[in-house]
Amino acid sequence: MDSALISEGAKRCSFPKFTIGIAIVGAVLLWGVYAMFLCWFKGLNQTNMNDYYGFALWIWADLAVIAVGGGAFFTGLLKYIFKIDELKNIINFAVIIGFICYSSALLILAIDIGQPLRGWFIFWHANVHSMLTEVAFCLSAYFAVLTIEFIPNILENRQANKVPFFHHLAHNMHGVMAVFAATGAFLSFFHQGSLGGVAGVMFARPFAVREGLLIWPWTFFLFTWSAAAFGPCFTLLVTKITETVTGKKLVKDNVVHLLAKISGWMIVTYIIAKIIDTIYWATVTAPSLGFSLSHFYTNNSFYGYWILITEIVLCGVVPGAILIMKSTRENPTLRLIAVILGTIGVCLNRWVMVLQIMAVPVMSFDTWALYFPSWQEIATTVLPVAYGIILISITYRYLPVFPQENELNYPVEVEPVTEAE
Amino acid sequence: MFPFSFEWAWDMGHVIFFGGFWYAISILGAGMTFCILKAAWDTMNDSGESGH
Repeated sequence: MDSALISEGAKRCSFPKFTIGIAIVGAVLLWGVYAMFLCWFKGLNQTNMNDYYGFALWIWADLAVIAVGGGAFFTGLLKYIFKIDELKNIINFAVIIGFICYSSALLILAIDIGQPLRGWFIFWHANVHSMLTEVAFCLSAYFAVLTIEFIPNILENRQANKVPFFHHLAHNMHGVMAVFAATGAFLSFFHQGSLGGVAGVMFARPFAVREGLLIWPWTFFLFTWSAAAFGPCFTLLVTKITETVTGKKLVKDNVVHLLAKISGWMIVTYIIAKIIDTIYWATVTAPSLGFSLSHFYTNNSFYGYWILITEIVLCGVVPGAILIMKSTRENPTLRLIAVILGTIGVCLNRWVMVLQIMAVPVMSFDTWALYFPSWQEIATTVLPVAYGIILISITYRYLPVFPQENELNYPVEVEPVTEAE
Repeated sequence: MFPFSFEWAWDMGHVIFFGGFWYAISILGAGMTFCILKAAWDTMNDSGESGH
């Protein structure tokens, strides 16, 4: 039925089967959309946010998708600026994942601000003393970069590419993509960093506050670094999931190994910096503000030392160690474990830096403030996941996302050369 | 957002924030304008040689 739109040589499931799959995920999407409209029409009283939790599940989801979406800018930087050519075989998919992550982040923010019709105020009436203004600027501009990076892939659709103008436009955009990638890296550096900077400058929150360099607390650099380190892990994880669902090999091992190796070294260097930062904060910064480390991890029913150890050791040191060693990196099972742990690790880091900050008591008469999101918050957080699955399904079906797919799955049979020839 | 907005001030904050923002937007705008114009030019003078 839609075979004319499918890339030449590629084999896809039947259209009815595809439609049923989309409909199932679409039902989840509609659940999220319903909750989204409830929040828009009835207001933020639909959430469990309160005076303790002005930042809640949505902001964690926002920071988490932005962190894991960092694979797009970092892979683009490696491909277009550092000229690591092998990554051309995964860059399309990294861009699509980044596009999904950043459009999801903007959608979540549109729900979270409560009055979406006033969303443009952050540009028009910008508070130039706020790191969140920088985040809003860079996030919006970087989403434009991702859209620009995504367009050539869309124009390479079998039918669209027959239109001469689209064909030339895609070709020309490929030609200047390095400029867009460099702009994307510049914007990502600042918005990833400023998201960490927001936590680091909260002087009234001793759990978060950090010293730093000039106006930037160390969390600024740690957030950018962690996004570049763990973003490729998420790209590899989603690639693996797509390969499993489709039952096809989509990217050659040497490409996966290379990206895993780069990610591994980034994780190792990041985690060393994170450990130094944590030790300095625990032994110097927090005590100077009158707090001991145990204050942040005891006397409550959820936040114990386990979360610190899980984030740094289990989901930081372990995946880093697995990915930098050739023998473990090239073992598919261990590599999968490492990318899963890495993805969990960066999400856990964002959880701690958004929600544990809010939970820790700061006044002598205060107690731990734990929070559980309302179903509307959960539904609107699941919404981007459903949206992501649908968009990946559609792009995989109709666009030439994986340049190596045909070579890996449908090898051309070469006729034997006879002696007479 | 613009120098003609009533909140605008010629201070370091506005110059850095909006300077960076407009710089990035200008690069993206100029890049896309170039690609679109060149694609239109290439289409009108199509030699069928382009590819990637």
